[in-house]
Amino acid sequence: MRLLSKLLSTLLPIFAVCLLSFGSFANTPTESQDQLTELMTQLPTTKLKQMPALITAIAETKAPEVRSIFTTLMNGDLYYVKSGKTIVKAQKNLSKNYDVSNILTGESLGEMKKNKIKKIRTNNALRGKMRGLLAQIDLTDANEDIRLQAVKQLLDKPNTASITALATLVNTEKDEDVKELMHVALSVNSLKTGMITEQLGAIENLKGSLEPSVRNMMIKKLDDLTQQLAQQGTVKTADQAALAKALTLAIDKIDERRNIFEIIENLFFGLSLGSVFLLAAIGLTITFGVMGVINMAHGEMMMLGAYTTYVIQQAFPGLIEYSLLMAIPAAFLVSGLVGVLIERGVIRHLKGRPLETLLATFGISLILQQLVRTIFSPLNRQVSSPEWMSGSLEINPVFALTYNRLYIIIFSLMVFFALMLILKKTSLGLHVRAVSQDRDMARALSIKSNWVDAITFGLGSGIAGVAGVVLSQLTNVGPNLGQAYIIDSFLVVVFGGVGNLWGTLVAAMSLGTINKFLEPLTGSVLANIIVLVGLVLFIQKRPKGLFPQKGRSAD
Amino acid sequence: MKFKKLLIASSIVASSLITNIASAADTIKVGVLHSLSGTMAISETTLKDTVLMMIEEQNAKGGLLGKKLEPVVVDPASNWPLFAEKTRELLAKEKVDVIFGCWTSVSRKSALPVLEELNGLLFYPVQYEGEESSKNVFYTGAAPNQQAIPAVDYLMNDIGATRWVLAGTDYVYPRTTNKVLKAYLKAKGVKDEDIMINYTPFGHSDWQGIVAEIKKFGSAGKKTAVVSTVNGDANIPFYKELGNQGISAEDIPVIAFSVGEEELSGFDTKPLVGHLAAWNYFQSVETEENEEFIANWKKFIGDDKRVTNDPMEATYIGFKMWAKAVEKVGTTDVNAVEQALIGVAVPNLTGGIAVMNANHHLSKPVLIGEIQEDGQFEVVWETADTVIGDAWSDFLESSKNLISDWTAPVSCGNFDVKTAKCSGQNF
Repeated sequence: MRLLSKLLSTLLPIFAVCLLSFGSFANTPTESQDQLTELMTQLPTTKLKQMPALITAIAETKAPEVRSIFTTLMNGDLYYVKSGKTIVKAQKNLSKNYDVSNILTGESLGEMKKNKIKKIRTNNALRGKMRGLLAQIDLTDANEDIRLQAVKQLLDKPNTASITALATLVNTEKDEDVKELMHVALSVNSLKTGMITEQLGAIENLKGSLEPSVRNMMIKKLDDLTQQLAQQGTVKTADQAALAKALTLAIDKIDERRNIFEIIENLFFGLSLGSVFLLAAIGLTITFGVMGVINMAHGEMMMLGAYTTYVIQQAFPGLIEYSLLMAIPAAFLVSGLVGVLIERGVIRHLKGRPLETLLATFGISLILQQLVRTIFSPLNRQVSSPEWMSGSLEINPVFALTYNRLYIIIFSLMVFFALMLILKKTSLGLHVRAVSQDRDMARALSIKSNWVDAITFGLGSGIAGVAGVVLSQLTNVGPNLGQAYIIDSFLVVVFGGVGNLWGTLVAAMSLGTINKFLEPLTGSVLANIIVLVGLVLFIQKRPKGLFPQKGRSAD
Repeated sequence: MKFKKLLIASSIVASSLITNIASAADTIKVGVLHSLSGTMAISETTLKDTVLMMIEEQNAKGGLLGKKLEPVVVDPASNWPLFAEKTRELLAKEKVDVIFGCWTSVSRKSALPVLEELNGLLFYPVQYEGEESSKNVFYTGAAPNQQAIPAVDYLMNDIGATRWVLAGTDYVYPRTTNKVLKAYLKAKGVKDEDIMINYTPFGHSDWQGIVAEIKKFGSAGKKTAVVSTVNGDANIPFYKELGNQGISAEDIPVIAFSVGEEELSGFDTKPLVGHLAAWNYFQSVETEENEEFIANWKKFIGDDKRVTNDPMEATYIGFKMWAKAVEKVGTTDVNAVEQALIGVAVPNLTGGIAVMNANHHLSKPVLIGEIQEDGQFEVVWETADTVIGDAWSDFLESSKNLISDWTAPVSCGNFDVKTAKCSGQNF
């Protein structure tokens, strides 16, 4: 039984492919193949201006290879071999050479040096054209995701040929999402060109659709109608009145839904900015909040974390996808160790002298920056983003969540709760809290307060290093990276109430959200200023922040 | 024995010192006023090296007027007031015959009063916002009508953009450029609701809200383009966010005025591919002059991976022009050279001839390039002819009647054609 199902599952795709390829051969296979081969030989010598014509001709052969040719060309991976002018797909491999394969036959031509091949050039206009042509081919693709993208493309840039094709394809479409989108595209078309009754029907179908082209078409229709009426000069007919009313209602409904999603989107942006604040500040909550050390080199701990990511990516160029996962523990160790060194070497000698500590750590931050400048160069370093961190999760046409932000929100919460757990549930945490609350008493109870100080400072710095790994994905990795975040970090800690982890969480998230809700109204420069002024006023009113620590340690 | 050796050695050193002093009296001093430390060092060090390379080349050809050129390099350290001090040092103490320098507009504005007071000569090689013309400065970078305006024309006519986002960093160059652009767009019939202007602080990194706004602005069914005067490394998170939110260069192209080969080298260019930049020079342009220049540069700097960029070409043209003018009049006297420079022609590295006009700005071609994966640009459009740099924008109310002409009989940097008056040095 199991064998049979296995056999079936291997055979089925082959059947499917056979069926499909029979279906898509409009010309006889050999004929279109010959045409294609002939057209392909023109690619290396054609000027960019003549390329659109050539591209159209290639698409018209309807050969199955067209898809791979276009996608390769759009990605910039289509080359020709200088001797012999074979058109090839070439991709850079780890040894900085190119893996080359024939684009038509797929046959591998081995590895070549860069000077043996030359790129076939494209520009935006050409890529746009190919995308349009590809959309028509893709309408009949076996993969529903590709079909969905194709319909989307046609919805944005419709043409008569594709609409006719859609009208027949919609009847045989199996996938619900694709079918729905096809209906939307057809309705938009009948709203554009149909009779008034058809238009009214289309509006009914399109109610609440969030596709931007739907709203645009409705607004255009309404504008046309008002203009028409103005020119006409007479009273509007019943049909026109009904149409205008239906359009206004539909647009209002769409706008209402759009506004809701806009608020959700802003909230997401705010939380994601807040989670960056949280990551940057949470290490400081420990060193500044729990230990009472004003550590101006906190930003540089983040910078070290970011540079650790860079070093790891350089050391393992083949493992970019996993580089962040490796960088997190590495950055924690590097920054943590440096933190312990700073504590042992400098800060412990300055206990109880906050001004000196501030100046000394500021000096350390300058030393670390210069060190990085000397070792790595003053220029920014390139840290790549793994594939899974780029792109976005599209919930609907007006609302999408970018993956990198999504992961960062989750990650920052994970770090937060891990830290919480360490402080509340482990003996180390117990010691840390004991020392911070009453050093002498803790020492009397045989807690090695020096040792606890070093570990605490190391922990705070290590978490700053982890924050640096995250920042390397969002901003430029350079010697000044830390400075940009140090002020925000102090703000968050002070706002949240010194030494209070929950306060830091709430403060970071609310600062981020306030900032992002202000930004569209005031611009980002003014938004920053308003937040800062608001905070100053708040601190005047409540000097101990949102959640002041109670009890003896509060003094 | 040892003592004898020492004696010989010291006498050799002494004699070489003496000949050095003797020859120093017979050299032409060239001041180099570029920041070698601080935030601008990344960009400006390259230009200092370019000037040194040009001087070396000129000296290999026998110098100028039979004298060797001698560079005097100072470091204004990205500190704007220090530019004025260092200019004074170059002119009053070192008595240089010409200065090549400055990058940011604010540094130029700082050096300007000193240049005019001591009658110095400055070649300024970077694209800028215009609205200035001094007798003592030659502007070899692009004025707005040589970069911003053609870029908008390209987007309007070739890409068909009808809706505009003007995004910039919050300082003088983007603000003035956007003022010019907005006036220009409105003159072309673009409505206010189709223009969105946005400013961000230096080094901005959280672009999600702004990009979402641009996306929304761009989904109104009209072709939208972004004209970016965003400065420096804030560009990378900006383009990254565009990529992450699924906006490709075909949907909403971004044209940048501050992103060149130097800025792109060492960056992850994947999210930038297909976006545009407008300059007067790209390294990728294949001409004999350019290939020679690139080869010389790589040899001079000793690094095969170094790139060339637009301000380097502007420095190259400025230097060649100055050398030509000095040879023409047979002296390095500032007044004589200033007059001789007007009308001097030097081949561009991208083909064609650059001419110095009476308003101290160049005639140069304008190129638009698409960013490629290797950090180079593919030229997709260029002006049919060279464009004359316009010191005073015709699209701003305050400056549309002003012209600059440093030849007799006008001899004025801001001559009002309506009132026929020179308003004096009031920039």
